[in-house]
Amino acid sequence: MSSEAQAVQDAVSAAPVAAPETKSMSIIVTKGSLDWAYPPFILATTAAAMGLPVTMFFTFYGLPLLFKKLDLQVTASGNPAMKMPMMGGHMGLPNLVTAIPGVDAACSVMMKNLIKKKGVASIDELREAAVESEVRMIGCQMTMDLFEYGKEEMIDGIEIGGAATYIECATKADINLFI
Amino acid sequence: MADHTLDAKGMNCPLPILKAKKALKEVPAGGTLEILATDPGAVADFQAFCRQTGNELLEHSVDGDIYHFLIKHTAA
Repeated sequence: MSSEAQAVQDAVSAAPVAAPETKSMSIIVTKGSLDWAYPPFILATTAAAMGLPVTMFFTFYGLPLLFKKLDLQVTASGNPAMKMPMMGGHMGLPNLVTAIPGVDAACSVMMKNLIKKKGVASIDELREAAVESEVRMIGCQMTMDLFEYGKEEMIDGIEIGGAATYIECATKADINLFI
Repeated sequence: MADHTLDAKGMNCPLPILKAKKALKEVPAGGTLEILATDPGAVADFQAFCRQTGNELLEHSVDGDIYHFLIKHTAA
């Protein structure tokens, strides 16, 4: 072996053992109501804080979570598990009542008040944290065509892509969630 | 005395973790970050955060409603 080759081999064996590969996460975000916007943004920001590269793919009703101006609402309709703390107990609404105009708006105000009171971050705040921690956000092109949304309505720094873009990312990720 | 203190009182999950991650950037390698929190979930979360990121949780304690954490900035 030439001395040069020997030097290379010595350098290689002296190199520190490679750090365990960084884990990464992807999330498909499919729901855009106030309550369902929380899990993807909480998990994405926390994973990013824990050192994981994170990709979020916003599709169907999840896509409006990329709008510059968020106007998130919650609905009790079809969700009998939704109960709000009230006068020391918990109150849910019969589905029939949830159909009355104004009930969803009232529920949304109530939920937003609780969020503030309990020190829970707003979706705006979490999304800002996601952008700041370089979470990759992809808006679904097909959803934009389908529901006639334009990229100019979305926040800066996002990408537009389709299923193949997501799959390429998911094949490399250790955690893939559908929310 | 910690190099840096983060007051996360009144914040709920995941804000204490997100703010701590940000605050750690201000702490020199080998330095310490003290965190005060009121979220009971922070106890398990800061342990998991430190295990995952390679920072060292030097101590955690509770005094009344206030949780106290001391993290040594050992991760890159």
